Amino acid sequence: MAGTLHFEPDDRCNAFITVCEEAPYGDGRLAGVAVAVKDNISTRGIQTTCGSRILQGYVPPFDAHVVTLLRAEGAAIVGKTNMDEFGMGTTTETSGFGPTLNPADRERVPGGSSGGSAAAVAAGLVPMALGTDTGGSIRCPAAFCGIVGLKPTYGRVSRYGLVAYANSLEQIGPMTRSVEDASLLLEVISRYDPRDSTSFDRPYTHQPSTDVRGLKIGLPQEYFGEGVDPRVAEVVKDAIGRLEDLGAETVPCSIPSMAYALAAYYVICTSEASSNLARFDGVRYGPPVDARKNWHEAFREIRGANFGPEVRRRIMLGTFALSAGYYGRYYAKAQVARRNVEKDIERVLASVDIIAGPTMPTVAFRLGEKTDPLSMYLSDILTVPANLAGVPAISVPCGTVDGLPVGLQLIGRRFADEQVIDAAYAYEEAAA
Amino acid sequence: MVSETDIEHIARLADIGITPEELAEFTSQFNAILEYFDILDRVQGAETPTPELSNVFREDEVRPSLPQESVLKNAGSTEDGYIKAPRVM
Amino acid sequence: MTVIVGLEVHVQLNTRTKLFCGCSTDYRDDEPNTHVCPVCLGLPGALPRINRTAVEYGLRVAKALDMDVLEESEFARKNYFYPDLPKGFQITQYDRPLAINGTIEIEDDAGREKEVRITRVHLEEDPGRLVHRGGGDRARYSLVDYNRSGIPLLEIVTEPDLRSPQEARRFLVKLRSILEYLGVFDGEREGALRVDANISLEGHDRVEVKNISSYRGVEKALTFEVTRQKNLIRRGVPIVRETRHFQEARGITTSSRGKEEEHDYRYFPEPDLRPLRVADWVAGIELPELPAARKNRFMEQYGISLIHARTLTGDVKVADFYEKVAHVDPLLAATWVADTLLGELNYRSMSIAKVPPDHFADLLSLIKQDVVTDRAAVQILRVMLDRCAAGEAPESPEAIMERLNLGKAAGGEFTAIVRAVIEAHPQAVEDYRSGKKGALNYLVGQVMKETRGRADPRELGRIVTEYIETSEV
Repeated sequence: MAGTLHFEPDDRCNAFITVCEEAPYGDGRLAGVAVAVKDNISTRGIQTTCGSRILQGYVPPFDAHVVTLLRAEGAAIVGKTNMDEFGMGTTTETSGFGPTLNPADRERVPGGSSGGSAAAVAAGLVPMALGTDTGGSIRCPAAFCGIVGLKPTYGRVSRYGLVAYANSLEQIGPMTRSVEDASLLLEVISRYDPRDSTSFDRPYTHQPSTDVRGLKIGLPQEYFGEGVDPRVAEVVKDAIGRLEDLGAETVPCSIPSMAYALAAYYVICTSEASSNLARFDGVRYGPPVDARKNWHEAFREIRGANFGPEVRRRIMLGTFALSAGYYGRYYAKAQVARRNVEKDIERVLASVDIIAGPTMPTVAFRLGEKTDPLSMYLSDILTVPANLAGVPAISVPCGTVDGLPVGLQLIGRRFADEQVIDAAYAYEEAAA
Repeated sequence: MVSETDIEHIARLADIGITPEELAEFTSQFNAILEYFDILDRVQGAETPTPELSNVFREDEVRPSLPQESVLKNAGSTEDGYIKAPRVM
Repeated sequence: MTVIVGLEVHVQLNTRTKLFCGCSTDYRDDEPNTHVCPVCLGLPGALPRINRTAVEYGLRVAKALDMDVLEESEFARKNYFYPDLPKGFQITQYDRPLAINGTIEIEDDAGREKEVRITRVHLEEDPGRLVHRGGGDRARYSLVDYNRSGIPLLEIVTEPDLRSPQEARRFLVKLRSILEYLGVFDGEREGALRVDANISLEGHDRVEVKNISSYRGVEKALTFEVTRQKNLIRRGVPIVRETRHFQEARGITTSSRGKEEEHDYRYFPEPDLRPLRVADWVAGIELPELPAARKNRFMEQYGISLIHARTLTGDVKVADFYEKVAHVDPLLAATWVADTLLGELNYRSMSIAKVPPDHFADLLSLIKQDVVTDRAAVQILRVMLDRCAAGEAPESPEAIMERLNLGKAAGGEFTAIVRAVIEAHPQAVEDYRSGKKGALNYLVGQVMKETRGRADPRELGRIVTEYIETSEV
């Protein structure tokens, strides 16, 4: 049954950084299935760049845990997908290998940072892909491209082999055309791995069910208010109405800490990133550093020339947030804010099963539309709370605005990925 | 408010090269972002996230290391099994 | 002017594997970059995992130094750039170390017991090793060997309780002794110990001296600093608060100003690891007998002197060795190990671990049974040690004795020599007869010389006296 999959995609959206034209596969539940892997997930023998020039040519000598699991189930790894450089973006425009285009409208961004994976699935190049989600990087492109994307509970999927951007926030997750496929892919990649000390032995083995009778859904006012395109909110409310038709009940709720969740998120992710990305100095991998120079001069040169502006901006923001005299005001404060978000979400999820709202406040932007970093950051407001709280969240396509896809976001309790999948599955089946 | 001098200092700490044009741009972007971060001043409470897990260990058992060839493969420059790096003097 | 010294001591723990990965720590004779994996090479995506044994070793030290183990401690990242640092940060412990508040007892310069307070101990990873071909200052680039990267270090920080360079050295010797007793450290391994010292003269600013890597080096570096700082003060020049580097080969410290960057380590909790909650392990740790207890037991059990007991228990390997040979005769063994063997080993820079205890015990038996003289025994010992040092197969003391004809000769064998010596030195015989008893020693010495030390001097004295008194010469 094992063999080689010939893969030559018509990649008009620049979804792939690396294509494996002859992809070997084996036996298992994904035997011969073409799976695309985001390029920040290590693949033995296949270049892994994180969308950055600073890792151009880097070929890992090991597989990420999730890749080992994919191969063990027979999947054919057909390529590495484009992404915002190191995951730092909401549009896949910060890639060092050119932007990915949205298959639904190639004038528009696919969302980010897992834009390549989303575009590859949405364009029908592959049935499923892996993405990573630090502050919405799976759900945002899933919403913008009209596919399913799940960020699992923090700790449910091993991060071993995932090139870290913000360790305490990110998870690897499935990006697929259907909820059933997302469920299957999560089942494959959630096998326990002791190499990730932050992961739990809580494998996901679940058959999605459409039964949502009695499911309590909380609708936070913050997800439908200021800053959210009313047309998007309308489409999402209609979708939630479908779930009500199926027997779910909705209640209004509030997450007051949303006021500072985004600021907390950006302080934490840039702080962690400033440290994580310190290792890229051109010594052990990547474009070679000039060894004849003094180390600081040599490192500054290679890092200045090979990190893009957004990456340098975030490294510097994080460096600042951790620096003497500012740690208390930024990093330490952001941790308190994070705890408050966690508590808010726990409180809400004590009385409801699922929190529902739009994945993104708008539909996909035009390429080049967002030039100012802060306005770009602001578009992550609806996705970051799930990362701060470590809870599972899915984006499932729920209609369009101006012909562009809109995503319904469903957020659940920690380790209730099954319930999140069921709610998404029920909606998907009802909408079909 | 941060100044261009502050940004230069941060760039040095982070070993990040920036051009003079970028310096002005980064400074104004930083100020906009930091102004937005001011909202953190309003955060109440003192509790921070506490991980559920603790004492996650591995046993002291030797595992195979990578072959030397594999260690050196991705390095830009090597010499007699060593990896070349910049000077420290 | 009172000298105030505090130390930060980094010791490599002798676990089998590195602190955060399964690479072997036994790298010293191996090719560069052969004990390396994605974790200790800092490859993107690799994740650290805490070595349980390293934590246990840290707790052993904490218990031995009577420290408070924190209910919850954690690893943190110390962020800085250096060519030997594979991740651009070091995983260490910062505001929540493994343990705090301990003590070590040492002798002060007047020989009185004093307590040195231990501020904290914490675990951290060693960086890689830099090699500079053509000398540090002239090398055009660095070469990195990551075999050392990730070796577990225990950092032990003292309060500024030390009052002289000599005290600092005694502290380190004592610390090493304790760590070796605990079985967590092997001080003989190259680079196993590194020290940073803070030194000030009372009322003046403090200087940090880095890069000290031996016990002797600490004393040398601090002695140099005391002199340097005293001279500056004498000339009215203020002491600058700074970091200086110790140049071991030249025995001096040099200012690092200008070379050193502004430091801002931006510590934050390591997000890839979970906290340690190990305070309750301490009760279950059984400490071995430590140097002070063993010293007292040696005096009691073997009846040996305080000085011998102290010498024999200072190094756990010496103490273990002594206990393996004491059965022959505890007092004789104490003298021969403490006074003779250690000196011979020191002369050869050789470890006692290389000496076969059974052969040494056999040698002691030969001495005890009066089969060899003390001088011959020393010769036999030297041959034994030289063979061990050269890595040759050990030879029993009897075999060496016979091969080199070092057995104690019977008295009669020397009659001819005694006669010849007495005949050759009539003046000395005359002196002896006229009451100058010192002349006897001279004559015995001459006989000893002729017999190459195989004769027992006391017995020779008797023979010579007898001969002079009975002969007509």
